Amino acid sequence: MFRAIWAWIQKFSSPKYFFEMSARLIPWFAIPAALVGAYGLYLGLFVAPTDYQQGESYRIIFIHVPAAWMSLFIYVVMAVSAAIGLIWQIRLADMIAAASAPIGASFTFLALVTGSLWGKPMWGTYWVWDARLTSELILLFLYFGYMALQSAIEDQRTADKASGLLAIVGVVNIPIIHYSVEWWNTLHQGATVAKLDKPSIDISMLIPLLLMALAFKLFYAAVVLVRARNEVLLRDRSRRWVRELIEKL
Amino acid sequence: MSTKRGRRKMLVILVLFGVAVATVLGLSAFEENLLYFYSPTQVKAGEAPKTRAFRVGGLVVKGSVVRASDTLNVQFVLTDNTESMPVSYSGILPDLFREGQGIVAMGTMNVAGQFVASEVLAKHDENYMPPEVAAALKATEDKAKQVGSANTNTL
Repeated sequence: MFRAIWAWIQKFSSPKYFFEMSARLIPWFAIPAALVGAYGLYLGLFVAPTDYQQGESYRIIFIHVPAAWMSLFIYVVMAVSAAIGLIWQIRLADMIAAASAPIGASFTFLALVTGSLWGKPMWGTYWVWDARLTSELILLFLYFGYMALQSAIEDQRTADKASGLLAIVGVVNIPIIHYSVEWWNTLHQGATVAKLDKPSIDISMLIPLLLMALAFKLFYAAVVLVRARNEVLLRDRSRRWVRELIEKL
Repeated sequence: MSTKRGRRKMLVILVLFGVAVATVLGLSAFEENLLYFYSPTQVKAGEAPKTRAFRVGGLVVKGSVVRASDTLNVQFVLTDNTESMPVSYSGILPDLFREGQGIVAMGTMNVAGQFVASEVLAKHDENYMPPEVAAALKATEDKAKQVGSANTNTL
């Protein structure tokens, strides 16, 4: 029984099988991402009412909040993949982790930049060293560290081990980011949606926000597949199936 | 093979556990320094630094804001609903600065017990709603208050 499952996992996690499967999967994520994103942006920027306090400026949350959620989500995906790669030595998992890092770093950067642009008019400053902003910045550096280790170490297996361990260690930062606004006095406000209580946002603003969050997730799924396919080709470039694939072109 | 895999699993779990414990210990040791601001109650209790600049956060008391007509000087009272303290500031205030709003000010206490701020930041809350909803909420709140005060008057 266990052996059958293991064989099944090995079949599905073989880079060759993944390469063939993912080509068919990508449009199923990319097209809904574009549609949901366009509709979410339309609702968020044109239909949702202005905020009672922040006026129009609050509309940046339709990018900022989903981007910040993605920065945490992708990190967890990356760390879990790295752990699977480390423990069970499934090469595909390492490739998914390596493919995820730049996407996660981009979302983290986007969250920091949009927050900063919003912070200037609302708070009166682009940047403060409060617990939320600082821990999110550390997340960006963790992504950078992972990417740096990946590219600095020549041997792919060693690179995966070293960067994978960094990714796993960095996971402790994730709950810190989420709870920073509760544990310490921060300038950043508390959670609006991601809490046990009822969300403290009007339904007309919540719907575009959740649509944007869904669109970002679909976008990530599509992009991580594209990037992982690249990673597969790069790492297996001297294997026979890739050579045969190239010869066919 | 499987014992090797088991050992790697243990390694990952141990590393995670070790780092988590170290982080918890580290954060609790630095607890004080990670506080972005002090409340007026903490300042009154003498917990805030006396010689160097620190931040204080609270709500701007309604009706306490006094602006100078010819300069950017502004004075207001900051409260955490337990204690309050006077604050003076000279400069441009952020959009969200208003009476009843949460703010964070950076500065020092002067001899007169007034907080002289060099920077004032507005603290935004986590509520998002259209103006009509906010107005409706405020109306019901005021009504409840009126009923409440009417009750106390008759008592």
